[in-house]
Amino acid sequence: MSGLQVVFLIVAVVTLFSGVMVVASRKMMHSALWLIMTLLGVAILFATLQAGFFAIVQVLVYIGAISILIIFTLMLTRRVMDEETTQVIKGWWLPALMAVILFGLLAGLLATWEDFQGMLNELPADVENLAAFGTALVNPAGYVIPFEVASILLLAALVGAIYIAMERKEKAE
Amino acid sequence: MIPLSWYLIAAAALFCIGLFGVLSRKNAVSILMSVELMLNAVNINLVAFWHYHTQLQGTSQIAPQVFVAMVFIVAAAEVAVGLALIISAYRRRETPVVDEMTLLKG
Amino acid sequence: MSFWRDPINFIIEWAKGLLASIGWGPGWATTVGFVIGAFVLAAGAMFFVVFLIWYERKLIGRLQDRFGPNRLGPWGLFQPLADMLKIFTKELITPNGVDWVAYNLAPILSVAAVLMMWAVTPFSKTFFGVNISVGILFLIAVGGLGEVGIILAGWGSNNKYALVGALRAVAQLISYEVPFVISALVPVMLTGSMSLVDIVEAQTPWYIVVAPAAALIFFIASVAETGRAPFDLAEAESEIVAGYNVEYSGLKFGMFFVGEFLHAFTASFIFVTVFLGGWRGPGADQIPVLGLVYFFIKTFIVYFALILFRGTNPRFRIDQMMELNWKVLTPLSLVVIMVIALVDRLFVGAADWQRTIILLVANLVILVVAERLIRRGVKTTRPEVGSRERPIASPDNLFIQPGSGAKG
Repeated sequence: MSGLQVVFLIVAVVTLFSGVMVVASRKMMHSALWLIMTLLGVAILFATLQAGFFAIVQVLVYIGAISILIIFTLMLTRRVMDEETTQVIKGWWLPALMAVILFGLLAGLLATWEDFQGMLNELPADVENLAAFGTALVNPAGYVIPFEVASILLLAALVGAIYIAMERKEKAE
Repeated sequence: MIPLSWYLIAAAALFCIGLFGVLSRKNAVSILMSVELMLNAVNINLVAFWHYHTQLQGTSQIAPQVFVAMVFIVAAAEVAVGLALIISAYRRRETPVVDEMTLLKG
Repeated sequence: MSFWRDPINFIIEWAKGLLASIGWGPGWATTVGFVIGAFVLAAGAMFFVVFLIWYERKLIGRLQDRFGPNRLGPWGLFQPLADMLKIFTKELITPNGVDWVAYNLAPILSVAAVLMMWAVTPFSKTFFGVNISVGILFLIAVGGLGEVGIILAGWGSNNKYALVGALRAVAQLISYEVPFVISALVPVMLTGSMSLVDIVEAQTPWYIVVAPAAALIFFIASVAETGRAPFDLAEAESEIVAGYNVEYSGLKFGMFFVGEFLHAFTASFIFVTVFLGGWRGPGADQIPVLGLVYFFIKTFIVYFALILFRGTNPRFRIDQMMELNWKVLTPLSLVVIMVIALVDRLFVGAADWQRTIILLVANLVILVVAERLIRRGVKTTRPEVGSRERPIASPDNLFIQPGSGAKG
């Protein structure tokens, strides 16, 4: 077993364990902290796949923005956050069973694929051609329309989020 | 030198954990966090396939990268709107628990 | 490679040779080198802070018309060491009701996030941790980890003032990341690379000359990111006692303290790297060690400006802080990046010096127009409040202060 495989196994175990803790913690804040741990683990998995750019973007977008927003919301909805009672619904075993069955099905389905055991070899160092990626995003023959649609989606989300979360004073009175 | 299968299995497991969270947690913020886990699992798959196809074709594949970027963008937009909705609902109903938001039940 | 031209790499090569001679492979030698390098850099940074604290206290003292530390050692130089000893020996109090993990993780994160920025900065032509192709993104991403540290501190302390401080800090840091990132895009655009090494190499002339408007926005946003005065709302002593670190004592408080000073210094050397040409200067290409000297001279000049900024501006109110960001800096940075992109594209065939002048003029026009627009928004001009003449403390000899006990 090579060094990279050991690294992968450790990171994957930590990531999955933190993922379990995200859905199992009783304190909301702890589950948010475990979420940060999971996201960091995923970033390291990206790095082991030689996708350095996406590893950094993962940290930037998910940890730097999304998880901080989530924690911010948790602070604003503080009443339930301190509760020590259970955070899952009563019949939680049914979703658990479904998740396990789905995992079994996915694993079984993947195992029938002929390339399943394919090895990921090490690529040359500068394989992640960011210039080509950037050009493709703004190239009319490439992905300019998805890119623009995504920008509009972000703008709409920004405006929508501000509008929804804004406190309307006249209604409160 | 890691088999592709390891990444796929890890991603599938993370996806199922997220699914369990979405279906079983009470708190709306928690459900949103579980959705993030599922999106991350998808991203692991996409990046793993990017690596695999780049290795097969010899040049960097653009399409998987674009997909990953789209997932990031959609996740950011989703979280912004979702959290705004939760805060707004919390102001009106004083609770972030999904079961207690029963306005339409009559 | 001679020792005097590039001592650091000389030592690294020598150590590698030593390891190879006792039978270690080059892969292991590199790994060991990275580990030792990271350790030395981190430890060096922590000790450097001792000097920074003295420098800042002395300067702030001068700005506030007093002497600053002057009792211990020449010019009070050993005062921070004494403070450090005091902080080390203090009792570590963990208040009741804190969240143990969050409470203890926060100080570590806030220092580690800053130290990680040192890993990608090129200190001279040949001396840098790693040259990753997305260096600037790395800096911003790591800054996000520092925010997590502050939030954890505020929440984990289980104290309402700490929580208010943390909420303020989150609002401020997330908001100011927007103009920070957009203005950092200008050098990236002009260089065509996100690697800090490439950005420094491409700076003929320095980007502060090419894009002064972007540099100004970047400077203000990075001051806000460090959370110091006038942006120190997260730890406004007079409003919310001390913000997120109110429940910390002893070494854990010391970590926050060190993290803050280190962050200010780091922010100034990132500004130097991105806009002031990093290690570039006469002769630095041939003699890399000169680059290191230039780098630190420039950094200290920027740090001096940062302290002046801190010492001479009153704290913003929270609504003013948000207004400055969302109504001034963010639109301005968007305009700057668009104008620079357009102008750079229009004059793509021109010589370098012509493009520089055109970009400079475009930037100055933006700044003047922005200044006019902001002036129109200001409601009243306040009457001048006169103060009577008062004596200013000016020692006869700057280096020997009355009662300092210093002999030379």
